[in-house]
Amino acid sequence: MADILVVAEVAEGKLKKTTHSAVTFARTTSAALGGTYSILVMGDAVSDAAAEASKLGAAKVIVVEDASLKSYLAERFAPTVAAIGKGFAVIVGTASAFGKDLLPRVAGRLAAGYASDITEVLAAGNKLTYKRPMFAGNAFGMATISTAIQVVSVRQSAFSPAEPTDSASPIEKAAFTAPTGNAASRVQFVSLDQVKTERPELAEARVVVSGGRALKERFSEILDPLCDVLGAALGASRAACDAGYAPSDLQVGQTGKVVAPSLYFAIGISGAIQHLAGMKGSKVIVAINKDGDAPIFQVADYGLVADLFPTVPELTKQLKAAKG
Amino acid sequence: MKILVPLKRVADPDNANKVKIPASGDKIETTGLEWKPNPFDEYALEAALRLTENGQTPKVRAGEVVVVTFGPKETEQTLRAALATGADRAVRIDAADDKLDGDLVARALAALIEKEKPDVVVMGKQAVDGDSNQVGQILAELLDWPMATFAATIQEEAGALLVSREVDGGVATMRVQLPAIVTVDLRIVAPTSVYSLKTARTFKYNDGVRFAALPAIMAAKKKPLVEIKLADLAADQALKVNYATFQAPPARKAGIKVKDVTELVTRLQTEAKVL
Repeated sequence: MADILVVAEVAEGKLKKTTHSAVTFARTTSAALGGTYSILVMGDAVSDAAAEASKLGAAKVIVVEDASLKSYLAERFAPTVAAIGKGFAVIVGTASAFGKDLLPRVAGRLAAGYASDITEVLAAGNKLTYKRPMFAGNAFGMATISTAIQVVSVRQSAFSPAEPTDSASPIEKAAFTAPTGNAASRVQFVSLDQVKTERPELAEARVVVSGGRALKERFSEILDPLCDVLGAALGASRAACDAGYAPSDLQVGQTGKVVAPSLYFAIGISGAIQHLAGMKGSKVIVAINKDGDAPIFQVADYGLVADLFPTVPELTKQLKAAKG
Repeated sequence: MKILVPLKRVADPDNANKVKIPASGDKIETTGLEWKPNPFDEYALEAALRLTENGQTPKVRAGEVVVVTFGPKETEQTLRAALATGADRAVRIDAADDKLDGDLVARALAALIEKEKPDVVVMGKQAVDGDSNQVGQILAELLDWPMATFAATIQEEAGALLVSREVDGGVATMRVQLPAIVTVDLRIVAPTSVYSLKTARTFKYNDGVRFAALPAIMAAKKKPLVEIKLADLAADQALKVNYATFQAPPARKAGIKVKDVTELVTRLQTEAKVL
């Protein structure tokens, strides 16, 4: 048996784009193993998400609906994922906040090995080897899992989102496995405060503009117009987040978001190892910093040693003019 | 409240770009790098200390903080440092560093927790060497305990913790009844991130983790530290995840410095073609 189960991520009844990266893993891996892949969609009312998942070329879409799944909690989701996942060789999701929380819990339940945040998978016969970054991206480990069921999370920026196919996968309802025991009865969802933004999501944007502590209180004033002209997502260094100049969910780095856009601007960012781990995979990197010795210039394709305060507005102006 | 804090030593994370991979690719060479406590584990210890005190009188421990690590004898340094910072007691689980994976560590911790019966396990969300981010979640499942991962704030309530978590695009807040597992994120050491029932909500901590004073470092040498054999906690020591080889990341080729904004825009348009 060499079939793969993709655990979909759903928000407000819609399929999140993170799911498409896990589907890409499942497509290539199931083809190499000579098996199929299915997509598990869970929530309280997920018919829209299931319909969208059915366009992604899966053998089937498995839907589990229950009122108690309205708000995500690992303790409520894990029993069902494990019960359905038992019939598969690999259970995969994307290493988003959702996947990173849920999948190791599922692995624990199934006594399965778990490889997190992988950037590549190699198949030789029936054997899968997972490439995963370690030491803030300064080394890659080639990992194998020895258990019959393998649990994997994929790095979103390393697996391009799966395109829809012409076929429509059958949608099957499956039973909700109600949690028993203590964990689920002792946890309570209180609230989810989401930051509303018109900008693209960091992990999905083609262009990312990130700022560092050097921007101080003028973080938004300086960077928002540049983001607008580029249609870019806004990011930040840890130092900028810690200082309160940017909200913490914008942090790019080893422990924040990992991005790999076509174009990345590092503005007033010195380039600590932990930051580089989150953006080194970008295709083209531009750095603007007044310190010519800043480590960011060692990874930048184009470096401009300059004071960012006059420079960034000038860049915004010229980009606007170039666009006509 | 009794809190267990697992700690791991890692090769100096601020010099992680100095790790080397030999031509054989069979290991990651960290020779020459200093051992440091995993930063997230230091934050977990700080959070545990804040939860077991009144912030105004941090020398008085209301409850107990037990620290535990896996490794050879020399990892006791990491434990002694934690004892000096304020932990009460330490356990070293004798094991070879490279014969562990997240699953085995979680199984051994689960067995230790059966004996120690802490109210809360507070731990780092990930160790910055393996970057796996899994032990807390696996442990919670093995114990059938609720968990709050990637915690940015913790407020103690009667018999429970109110935890806000950093998630994609915002903050999720949840309440876990004790006993529970909490894994912490960077912001947990901000001045107003953690409040015990004893600490006034108007109190502000210093930003970051506390440091041990010299008398505390001396006193820590007398605090209890016991050794337990890994085999006494986990009969099955087979690893579920194995690393056959390691690779260095591809080097980025050096870029160029441009002289001004006009040159930058021109090159992005005509050379990189990314606009």
